[in-house]
Amino acid sequence: METNIFIQLLGNNWIAYTAIAVLPLGFLLLYALVAILAELKVSAWMQDRLGPMRTGPWGILQPLAEVVKLLQKEDITPDLANKVLYNLAPYMMFTGAYAAVAVIPFSQQFVPSNINLGLFYIFAVSAIATIGVVMGGWASNNKYSLLGAMRSVAQIISYEIPAAMAILATAVLASSLNLNEINTVQDGGIFNWFIFGGPGPWFKVFVLPFTFGLCLIYMIASLAETNRTPFDIPEGESELVAGYHTEYGGMKFAMFFLGEYVNMFIVSAIMATIFFGGWQSPFGSSIMSGPVWGLFWFLAKVGTVVFFQIWLRWTLPRLRVDQLMDLGWKYLLPMSFICFFAIALWKMLI
Amino acid sequence: MANYIKNMWDGVYTVLVGMKITWKHMFMKKVTVQYPDEMYPIPKNARNRLQLYADQCNGCNSCARICPVNCISIETLRVTPNDPENPKVLEDPENDHWLPRKLWVTKYDIDMAKCCYCSLCTTVCPSAAIQHTTDFEYSSYFKEDLLYHFTAMTPETVVSKKQMLEEHQAKEKAAKAAAAAKAAEEQAKAAATASAN
Ligand code: SF4
Ligand code: SF4
Repeated sequence: METNIFIQLLGNNWIAYTAIAVLPLGFLLLYALVAILAELKVSAWMQDRLGPMRTGPWGILQPLAEVVKLLQKEDITPDLANKVLYNLAPYMMFTGAYAAVAVIPFSQQFVPSNINLGLFYIFAVSAIATIGVVMGGWASNNKYSLLGAMRSVAQIISYEIPAAMAILATAVLASSLNLNEINTVQDGGIFNWFIFGGPGPWFKVFVLPFTFGLCLIYMIASLAETNRTPFDIPEGESELVAGYHTEYGGMKFAMFFLGEYVNMFIVSAIMATIFFGGWQSPFGSSIMSGPVWGLFWFLAKVGTVVFFQIWLRWTLPRLRVDQLMDLGWKYLLPMSFICFFAIALWKMLI
Repeated sequence: MANYIKNMWDGVYTVLVGMKITWKHMFMKKVTVQYPDEMYPIPKNARNRLQLYADQCNGCNSCARICPVNCISIETLRVTPNDPENPKVLEDPENDHWLPRKLWVTKYDIDMAKCCYCSLCTTVCPSAAIQHTTDFEYSSYFKEDLLYHFTAMTPETVVSKKQMLEEHQAKEKAAKAAAAAKAAEEQAKAAATASAN
């Protein structure tokens, strides 16, 4: 089956490719607005407040107002900053985040680029965002920025390994690195999703705790990778003003902000794809499945994971640096190894 | 090792407890009061903008004298006896009890920009003419707008009342002078008769 509806409809030409490249961008901008609103509203509700209420009905236009505000701001480059790197960093960050969208299977019929090394590719390009962070932090010529950037990198590196282990385990289960292929394998209802051990005979319950644990590990690691509370020490307001984007304002700050929200989307999308069946319907392939339903399920799953991230952010306080390293190296890493080993063993046996 | 596993369990468990709490709070009644649209009830004895009930003020000047920041300025004028208007002071608003007025309050200004809301003026007022209201939304762009003029009299009536009083005083003076002259005359007459005898 062709996995790209645009190439099917418009033919194999540049119009189709432009559409494929631009459509996710529009979608992500829209998503960022919704996510910002969700963040504002959920945080307010969890603190017994109402949140923004005055911009539009129920304050739903608040993110737009914020974007307009950022657009109006003066574009400043500090005198002692490294001009080239300083101005390049936000775009680097966003590019890194956006590049990862290329392989995300939104639906059976819409995978922007259905390459066989999807998982590997995502891991490779999401490191570009890290470079953006370091660039921004270093080029700002500000101690807070530099400290924030260093912390951010240290954190991303420590948490990349457990996350990679979790992803690798699903690659073992699916015997593929192609994200669309991984989704296809999880066919047949909610219990065939990889969080529940993937398709298999009844005795897959033995492997279930390990896949479930890996899902948890990936959730924690992805929080750390997107620099969100409780792992937001790179931008801890009380210590570092704003971390690596302290010196940024206006459109460049908006770019960083957008980059962060897109990153959030990416990790949620990976999570939904490899653990929750992506575009698979939870009732099996005969009920409520198809390209449009696929898109719906995928977005619903991603939305749920994003909501979880927001929920955790407004629940937990920030970790200390040593606690963060403790958690990463002493708990997540060994546990992910154990889970990976168990899953690999299981795959070998059946 | 046991400690290690316990730590892990504690980590997961406490996070779940926290998440349960935030989840519950998400659906609780919100504490926000959307201020300009809705308001907290303000207690009756709140000290906010001052209000003069001009009918009740007898012009005794107590409030101006007690005010620690001198923000009340009062000018008064004696009421002419037999004023055709026969002005009255509302002495007891509850029983609608009126007394004859002795003084016109021709000027009663409060500078709310200076007022410190000590409520001393309302305490000393013998007829509860000056009172705090619950209205606190009266900020303005110009300081002058906070100078409140409370007198019920128009400048014209003030002028006419002044004139009336002056005329009356002149008449009184003339009468007095006439009476004095008459008395002196009578005295002189009496003295003359005494010396004749
Ligand atoms: S409440 Fe205001 S006007 Fe009254 S006495 Fe105090 S300062 Fe003066
Ligand atoms: S407001 Fe009260 S205290 Fe002040 S002059 Fe009038 S009667 Fe006297």
